[in-house]
Amino acid sequence: MKDMDAEGYTTEDGRKIGGVLMEMRNITLRFGGVVAIEDISFDIREGEIRAIIGPNGAGKSSMLNVISGFYNPQEGEVWYKGAKRPHMKPYQVAQQGIARTFQNIALFEGMTVLDNVMTGRIRQMSAGMFAQALWKGRAEAEETENRAAVEKVIDFLEIQHIRKTPVGRLPYGLKKRVELARALAAEPSILLLDEPMAGMNVEEKEDMSRFILDVNDEFGTTIALIEHDMGVVMDLSDRVVVMDYGKKIGDGSPDEVRKNQAVIDAYLGVAHD
Amino acid sequence: MFYREAGDFKTSYTDDSQTFPIKFDRYRYYAVLVAAFAVVPLVIDDYWVNAVFLPFLIYAIAAIGLNILVGYCGQVSLGTGGFMAVGAYAVYKLMTSFPEVSIFFHVILAGGITAAVCVLFGLPSLRIKGFYLAVATLAAQFFLVWLFNRVPWFYNYSASGQISAPERTIAGVPITGAETAPWAAYLFCLVFVTASALIARNLTRGMAGRKWMAIRDMDIAAEIIGVNPLKAKLSAFAVSGFFVGISGALFFAVYLGAVEVGEAFGINKSFLVLFMVIIGGLGSIFGSFAGAAFLVLLPVLLKNTLVGTLGWPTDLAAHLELMIVGSLIIVFLVAEPHGLAQLWRVAKEKLRLWPFPH
Repeated sequence: MKDMDAEGYTTEDGRKIGGVLMEMRNITLRFGGVVAIEDISFDIREGEIRAIIGPNGAGKSSMLNVISGFYNPQEGEVWYKGAKRPHMKPYQVAQQGIARTFQNIALFEGMTVLDNVMTGRIRQMSAGMFAQALWKGRAEAEETENRAAVEKVIDFLEIQHIRKTPVGRLPYGLKKRVELARALAAEPSILLLDEPMAGMNVEEKEDMSRFILDVNDEFGTTIALIEHDMGVVMDLSDRVVVMDYGKKIGDGSPDEVRKNQAVIDAYLGVAHD
Repeated sequence: MFYREAGDFKTSYTDDSQTFPIKFDRYRYYAVLVAAFAVVPLVIDDYWVNAVFLPFLIYAIAAIGLNILVGYCGQVSLGTGGFMAVGAYAVYKLMTSFPEVSIFFHVILAGGITAAVCVLFGLPSLRIKGFYLAVATLAAQFFLVWLFNRVPWFYNYSASGQISAPERTIAGVPITGAETAPWAAYLFCLVFVTASALIARNLTRGMAGRKWMAIRDMDIAAEIIGVNPLKAKLSAFAVSGFFVGISGALFFAVYLGAVEVGEAFGINKSFLVLFMVIIGGLGSIFGSFAGAAFLVLLPVLLKNTLVGTLGWPTDLAAHLELMIVGSLIIVFLVAEPHGLAQLWRVAKEKLRLWPFPH
């Protein structure tokens, strides 16, 4: 185990990881009689890339939905920035600086790429209805400022050429990138990625991995991601939580997790004799 | 050749996000404005105003209002007729209760009152969507018409149950009543149309519009990125109600002059405005104008051709007119389901490249 304390730790590639940003304490989530998540605790530290892995139906996406406020767990507490988070609606969670992408792309198909990414700036824009109706004062200034911020993200993810294209016309790989752009535009404290590489070929996966690392490196964004591609997960992440049937069966650095017998059993199956 | 953005470099984000990014479009827009404000009032007569311009302008405002709700926010409403009636009765009550205040403010206030009523009937949208919401707004349509028929306070206890607009002037020029000059009524409505279109355009290209469209395209994702669905939906109902209320007020006070609620603001009206929005193009301000023009002008045009030019009997022409308009609607929707606005967009796209095919 790495030496870990309240101040954080240093990764193998020499990045400084800070204190605890978000902590899940004994989360249990049930749907009727089905227990999707059972008594799981883990933390996400500032600046790290944290992966949640597990076989199908392990409860990974449910966990992400708990973090983004879409589900409310029956038991357990979510601590964010040192305070217990009260019961919140998803849009309130978003306003606290938690942005996410979806496993099945959830873009606004009828809007252009630019408008989609601009919606990510909701947190930063607060001009009233009247100012917007007249397109004067605060509304106009805000629009320009935030456009500049959005253009930075668009540059960063290399989607300048499709700025004004309606999202519905884009191919899958680009849509994934636009979705990442929308989440990034919010300048989130935590970025949640639900299978960012699902359905991509090797080249697209490499691109996406590079973007994720760059985001973390350049903006210092804390990232929590779910991914099935083991190679990618082990390469990208600093620490990994492993889930199986709603329970946590492993937690630690990629190397530790790889050697963990419970994890090996969950993925490869156990011989019954 | 003249219609392209080549060489027209945008150096600021404000330039880039303007309504008409192509120079030619911009000048055409100014030309239309000048013609509408300075040329048309000088040449129109009573027939043109009452048969063509007033209904076109007033329905255009209603269509813009409904388009914000249906086209931009994705909340289907069949209550437009009822909401127009709210605008009409609001302006009537205001005109008769405060005769010293200018009718200009009455119309705006009537819009505000309709916005409040519209928000009230928009509350079910927080729990239901699509066809079910349409049925819920249908209830608004019938309830409001019933209310204005049954509560004598709304029509000032008049014996006929009708409301009729008293004469009101702006700067000495009559706007309502029998004495109104065609150009005055036309200009009064034109001011409201222009303001409505500008406001609607500003709202839809800014954050308010993005929130509405986000709700329309995928409400769950919208909520997760931080859109408050309650605020977004109700603000769409409010803005939509505001415009529909203004159009109802103008329809009664300036266009018809006297109104019987069931006849003027029945369910037919709701469908008519909804057809305008669908034929014109959902989610397009230009489409609202195109749809209103299509459904107002086409019958007039057909009637003039059939009766005036070909000399057919009036009753035969009236029936044929219905059939032709109906079938044209179907033809248009099959050819271009996204409405006239999409045809217009494709045409402009082609024009940009002309004379080359790609």
